[in-house]
Amino acid sequence: MNDSNLTELWPLVWQATYETLYIVAFTLGLGGLFGLLLGLALYVTRRGGLYASRTTYLVLNVVVNFFRPIPFVIFIAAVQPLARVVVGTGIGNPAIIFALTLAATFGISRIVEQNLVTVDPGVIEAARSVGASRARIIRTVVLPEALGPLVLGYTFVFVAIVDMTAVAGVVGGGGLGNFALQYGFRQFDAVVTWTAVLIIVALVQVVQLLGNTVARRVLRR
Amino acid sequence: MALVEMTDVHKTFPGPRGQTGVEAIRGVDLTVEAGEIVGIVGYSGAGKSTLVRLINALETTTSGSVRIDGREITRLKERELRQVRLGIGMIFQQFNLFGSRTVWGNIAYPLEVAGVAKPERDRRISDLLHFVGLADKAHSHIEELSGGQKQRVGIARALATNPSLLLADEATSALDPETTQEVLALLRRVNRELGITILVITHEMDVVRSLAHRVVVMEAGRIVEEGPVLQVLSDPQQPVTRRFVATIVDDEPDAEALAALHARHTGRFVKLAFRGDEVRQSDVFAELLGHGVRFELVYGGIEEVQGETFGNLTLALDGEPRAVDSAVAAVGALVPTTELPR
Repeated sequence: MNDSNLTELWPLVWQATYETLYIVAFTLGLGGLFGLLLGLALYVTRRGGLYASRTTYLVLNVVVNFFRPIPFVIFIAAVQPLARVVVGTGIGNPAIIFALTLAATFGISRIVEQNLVTVDPGVIEAARSVGASRARIIRTVVLPEALGPLVLGYTFVFVAIVDMTAVAGVVGGGGLGNFALQYGFRQFDAVVTWTAVLIIVALVQVVQLLGNTVARRVLRR
Repeated sequence: MALVEMTDVHKTFPGPRGQTGVEAIRGVDLTVEAGEIVGIVGYSGAGKSTLVRLINALETTTSGSVRIDGREITRLKERELRQVRLGIGMIFQQFNLFGSRTVWGNIAYPLEVAGVAKPERDRRISDLLHFVGLADKAHSHIEELSGGQKQRVGIARALATNPSLLLADEATSALDPETTQEVLALLRRVNRELGITILVITHEMDVVRSLAHRVVVMEAGRIVEEGPVLQVLSDPQQPVTRRFVATIVDDEPDAEALAALHARHTGRFVKLAFRGDEVRQSDVFAELLGHGVRFELVYGGIEEVQGETFGNLTLALDGEPRAVDSAVAAVGALVPTTELPR
């Protein structure tokens, strides 16, 4: 305790916090959007879905199931060549955001699909019975009806992404996880490690609270 | 011209891969005239729900023809079908209201789909809320409403686009008896005041009796019997129809009840069928008394169907045997009479 470097490291703490937020925000934005689209695609192509298609669902399902279980630290390495093509570099924050977005897309798609299947098919039938088109039903019925659970799902995803950013250091990415490992763990500086931990915990708490509040307002419970 | 005309309609749902499908509808011919209330009864799995979904094209027919207002709809494209659906309202057993919208928003939905401009939309919603008696609930959320209120919102939503036909799929089955009567009364007003044709699917014969003009009985994907309600109730032909009729009309005591009745009553048992108001009960009873026959009412009841008297009464007749013979003959000339076995 007595020989912690925390005081000198404060600027780096804030830098790392900023990087974590920046990486998570990018990932949640992009992965959230792509995950929503992929999740919607899974949902509508299911048996009995609005655009039911056995083949399409099968293909999407296999793709998602293939990528989702890969441990993220290995996933980063595996998609590094692809990162070089898409974002022009295999290292640093752009590379980690690329890998995170890709991984999050598959994870979020499942969460979206699971939340959408809870929408009462009767409500969709009611919308069809008044002559609504399928695209309109997705926009004006399916998504609004599932909004509460979706908000909670995305809150959960936020926490998961914060978790995944911890290994960003593997390809030279920054953030609180990397900071804790580099300046805390490897320097045997428990104070630095725990400072990073507490900031992460605080971040997660704030977002969880926010998510709960929004979900409650949407669900009016 | 009939509003709905189905000719030799078949519907087979594909089974899981490689397996044979389910034949839900097996050759149905059905005509619904404008202004009618038609009740479709049958047990679950009889094909009633599928049948109405073929009418608003939520399901597609496997073969046969479905005409709505003279227009063949089985070969229409999805875009054209959406237009057809706008002209057909539908209400559901579980109401199927949008939980993400208020009462107002629910009724607004079909109008938004139809592209009705906001001022016109608002006027229409306000009228409908008054019509179904929920003007004070306009901005309530769905989960704050009782079952009966939810179904009234369902009805308002179904009527929003001024449909000529309303399909009611077990619309009262989730409601308690009192609320059921409220909703049935509202549906009668929909028919009478707005002139909307109604097709009610139900397994409750009571709903048919108090609402429908005509009844269609379905079994295993076919229509097995149909006719005016009074006629079908008084003279059911098919076993399934008899079972349905027996749920609301006390026809005659079954063997067990009959034995119990005989143990308590002496004399002969006759069942008298009252249909309509041509023959008054008092005339029948006067006839019996005139022959010096004492009688007791042991089974049955009298109801109103479509404003007419309807029911079966089983009487135990006591008296001098020849007097009873001639009394039974005299009564038999007035109303259909059946002697029940000892």
